[in-house]
Amino acid sequence: MILLVLLLILFVAALLSWIVAAKSNLLCRWIALGSLLINLVIVLVIWVNHTTTADRWWYNFRVDWIPHFGISLHLAMDGLSLLMVALTFFLGALSVLISWKEIDKRVGFFHFNLLFVLCGITGVFLTMDLFLFYFFWEMMLIPMYFLIGIWGHERREYAANKFFLFTQAGGLLMLLAILGLYFVHGANTHVYTFDYFDLLNTPMEPGTARWLMLGFLIAFLVKVPAVPFHTWLPDAHTEASTAGSVVLAGLLLKTGAYGILRFVLPLFPAAAVEIAPLAMLLGVIGILYGAMLAYAQTDFKRLIAYTSVSHMGFVLLGAFAFNEIAYQGVVMQMITHGISTGALFIIAGALYERIHTRNLKQMGGLWTRLPLMGSAVMIFVMGSLGLPGLGNFIAEFLVLLGSWQANQWLTVFATIGLVVATAYSLRIMQKVFFGPCDRQYTLPDLNMREMVIIVALVIVIFWLGFHPQPVLNTSQNINYVVR
Amino acid sequence: MLPALIPVIPFLSAFILMLGWKQLSRAAVAVIGCGSIALSAAVAIGIAAQFAANGEQAIQQHVWTWLQAGGFRAGVDFRMDALSVVFVLVITIVGFLIHVYAAGYMHDEPDYSRFFACMNLFVGAMLVLVMADNLLLLYFGWEGVGLCSYLLIGFWYKDPANGYAARKAFIVTRVGDTAMGIALFMLFQYTGTLHIQNILESATQLWSKGDPTITLIALLLLGGAVGKSAQLPLQTWLPDAMAGPTPVSALIHAATMVTAGVYLIARTHTLFELAPAAQTTTAVIGAITLVLAGFSALVQTDIKRVLAYSTVSQIGYMFLALGCGAWSAAVFHFVTHAFFKALLFMGAGAIIVALHHEQDMFKMGGLKKQLRAVYWVFLIGSASLAAIPFVTAGFYSKDQIIWLSWSAAGGHVGFWLAALLGALLTGMYTFRMFFLVFYGDIKTKVHHRPGNSMMIPLYILAVLSTVAGFIELPHTLGHVTLFSNWLLPVLPAVTVLQESAILEWTSQGLSALLALSGIGLAYAWVVIHPKGMVDFLEMPAILWFRGFWARGWDFDKLYDVLLVRPYVYLSRINKRDLVDKLYTGLAQLMQWCHHMLARTQSGLLRWYILGVVLGAVAILSVLIWRIYI
Repeated sequence: MILLVLLLILFVAALLSWIVAAKSNLLCRWIALGSLLINLVIVLVIWVNHTTTADRWWYNFRVDWIPHFGISLHLAMDGLSLLMVALTFFLGALSVLISWKEIDKRVGFFHFNLLFVLCGITGVFLTMDLFLFYFFWEMMLIPMYFLIGIWGHERREYAANKFFLFTQAGGLLMLLAILGLYFVHGANTHVYTFDYFDLLNTPMEPGTARWLMLGFLIAFLVKVPAVPFHTWLPDAHTEASTAGSVVLAGLLLKTGAYGILRFVLPLFPAAAVEIAPLAMLLGVIGILYGAMLAYAQTDFKRLIAYTSVSHMGFVLLGAFAFNEIAYQGVVMQMITHGISTGALFIIAGALYERIHTRNLKQMGGLWTRLPLMGSAVMIFVMGSLGLPGLGNFIAEFLVLLGSWQANQWLTVFATIGLVVATAYSLRIMQKVFFGPCDRQYTLPDLNMREMVIIVALVIVIFWLGFHPQPVLNTSQNINYVVR
Repeated sequence: MLPALIPVIPFLSAFILMLGWKQLSRAAVAVIGCGSIALSAAVAIGIAAQFAANGEQAIQQHVWTWLQAGGFRAGVDFRMDALSVVFVLVITIVGFLIHVYAAGYMHDEPDYSRFFACMNLFVGAMLVLVMADNLLLLYFGWEGVGLCSYLLIGFWYKDPANGYAARKAFIVTRVGDTAMGIALFMLFQYTGTLHIQNILESATQLWSKGDPTITLIALLLLGGAVGKSAQLPLQTWLPDAMAGPTPVSALIHAATMVTAGVYLIARTHTLFELAPAAQTTTAVIGAITLVLAGFSALVQTDIKRVLAYSTVSQIGYMFLALGCGAWSAAVFHFVTHAFFKALLFMGAGAIIVALHHEQDMFKMGGLKKQLRAVYWVFLIGSASLAAIPFVTAGFYSKDQIIWLSWSAAGGHVGFWLAALLGALLTGMYTFRMFFLVFYGDIKTKVHHRPGNSMMIPLYILAVLSTVAGFIELPHTLGHVTLFSNWLLPVLPAVTVLQESAILEWTSQGLSALLALSGIGLAYAWVVIHPKGMVDFLEMPAILWFRGFWARGWDFDKLYDVLLVRPYVYLSRINKRDLVDKLYTGLAQLMQWCHHMLARTQSGLLRWYILGVVLGAVAILSVLIWRIYI
């Protein structure tokens, strides 16, 4: 029930903030922020109360929706869902805060879309019915399309269309695969159901499993994104408003990774093992290729966008390593990447508000004027290159340690990714904050609101770096497929 | 007392300095910055004393469990044994002296607080490195040191050249770190842990001597070590690291960073003993590096670059010793080197500041009279570096390595010859620098003399650079083994194959003779016969060699052509992502089809009728074809 409440709070707040905005923008912002904070508190309370729960599933809520077709409103939460949902509300709340000044047009509709996309993401992380999953999966898409297309930068329409087409194409394949699985299960067991738990261990031919698995996998690979399906990402991330970029990088990409962990591996274990070397190879290609593209960029946000391609490669590498260490690393990577990349996008946005450019060639020497902002970027850049002490290191180390047991050569190349990550990460610092400053800016450093956002992110990334055990304990309870 | 306090105090102070960058006064910054290291040194001395008194094997402290996942566990656990104690003492004491010096040296720096925060962080990271009980925590310190070197080399961030040097240091050492990372994966795969003591214990049972797996692991660890310690083939970052303020150079070269590789190999010496091939590789790398860097030091014009190449060369000696199995000799040279190299760097810094930030030795000269105090301490440091017999610490430590490079079990006459050549080169380049700076004509006027906060650390280091040698004397000269005895519980004694006093005397005599003749040659060229030197050096063949050596044997160029430029080029031409062309191509194809089809919608009735007729004809033809043929 509490899971339904989480969704309802967001849904109601979405509608409410839209309505209220006609009267007061400020109230609309507070409603959005309040709803997300309430949800965050609820989730944290759940977490604290379940640190010692031995059961894998903490909550399980199921009511029939369309019983005739075996469709139900089935929500459940285990450690993985909890972590993802907590991340959603945390980054969601920050997204409202960063839009406080940046968004001044159609404020109500913006917050409606923002809360709606967060509601869709939350649904994706909580639902255990494949029909409902597809419903939420599509539900994320439309408001995100608006978030990019209405409040974005210069080429926002192109980016929004591209984003929509890519994810929609992937989603279609997934729909086919879901239906295929539904009918295969029905034919073999005479029970027609979309329920996740019933569909686990569906008996099927290896050939069938392979095709169905591919349908799911491609949809998720587009979202993750894996090379060669990644090209929607740089455009979408670059053109979206700051909040849009944060939600995209921090949360939407994670739904792809989550889908692989939750559906691809448990539903089709044998077929997943078969394709593992290829998937891991795609991961490594993503790590190196994304890093190389990032190195060449001159647009600050585009650079950060490509680092996402690189970092999410680790997720793919670890997810198909089939051992617990790598899985734990993957979950960690999903969280830390959300935090650190989100932070970088936030700062890029804050910088854009001040100097009205994203072009790295027009920046330089800003440390003198913006030492606080520079320090913050330094921290998250160090996270992105995998410095121990920050959460990203824990994630990448565990992924590599785990994937080493599965495939050594690919791990060697993935480890080389740490060197190229150093190259592009340090390039950010050099281009933006170091070097001579040839312009006379009068720039205000981070203000109070921005400080609150950044400090929250900094605390989390250090906490995950020095004491990741609560997260690791929560994610270890998940009964992954282990070869 | 708690070992964890030793690294925690500098970290805490760095944190305070970062937060209080606006509020704290200069005096407060200096007091916190230096005081924290002093406090940590005091704790270290306390623990060392307790350690010596109790005769324990090691003091351990578990602080918290860092991470635990699927059979992997690593804690924030510290362990101090004899080896760590030596490193901790050197790091904190020399580090403290450098901090005191820096308080004076950086006095006019606007970013005073940021500077000391980074310096404290640097010391803290290095302390974690040498006190870590597991390799993951060691890796934490290892990378932390890399970060701090980046922050400090690029401290004066407005000059892009400094930023370049800083990035180079970070990226090049990270190449080595990658190798080390893979070594950690392998160690975990085979031993199921990264706990150092457990690995060392199980290694001897898991692997026989010369097993390919352990050889690979040792070579990968060596890869990490050569990165941090600036040995071949990853030595290129260190000479450029001079871009940072001089106290930073002193810290990098003497107390932190470059000795990390030496520590790593000494710490995992059991693994290297199991892998003779890797050990020999270590010695070969050391021998080649010490000679190559010696030649490079000989032709530099920048005083700090001479010292930088000399560090590369001296660490080459340490690697040579490690490779020969002379573990404690390597650590002994680390200790004496830390004293005299810190002394020389800070002495050079005093000169540079006195001459208004002039670093070119050919624009110095005749400073003996003007900077008398600096002259004397610099002489002591130079003498120790050049290993002048009997009175300097450098003599005892280096002489030991030279002798053992031949006589030890892993030794070879080739190593010995390389070490002797190195001794000659060291004498030459050290005193070439010394004479150029302090003798000859006055070329630049001294505009301000170093104050007490800069000079007192130099006096202390001058004393240490002399007396530190007497804790370990060779068989032939008194036979004191305080230092190697101290390390004996951790590092096994070296196996000497040739216990011959005559040979040892010969080796010592020869090395002393070579060092002195190096000095003599330098004197002859620089002081007695500067004209002759110039004529000789201007010969075309010599000129080419000078350039080649001065550029560090063109390793930079090699890497630039082989790695950097291709990578940058590839990424530049692919800036707009080739893969995206696939999709935009698809979109264009669709648009083209759309246009083509749209064209048929011309609104001209004639065309429509033609279309209908042609279509009808086509369909009818097909039908007729089907039915009748």
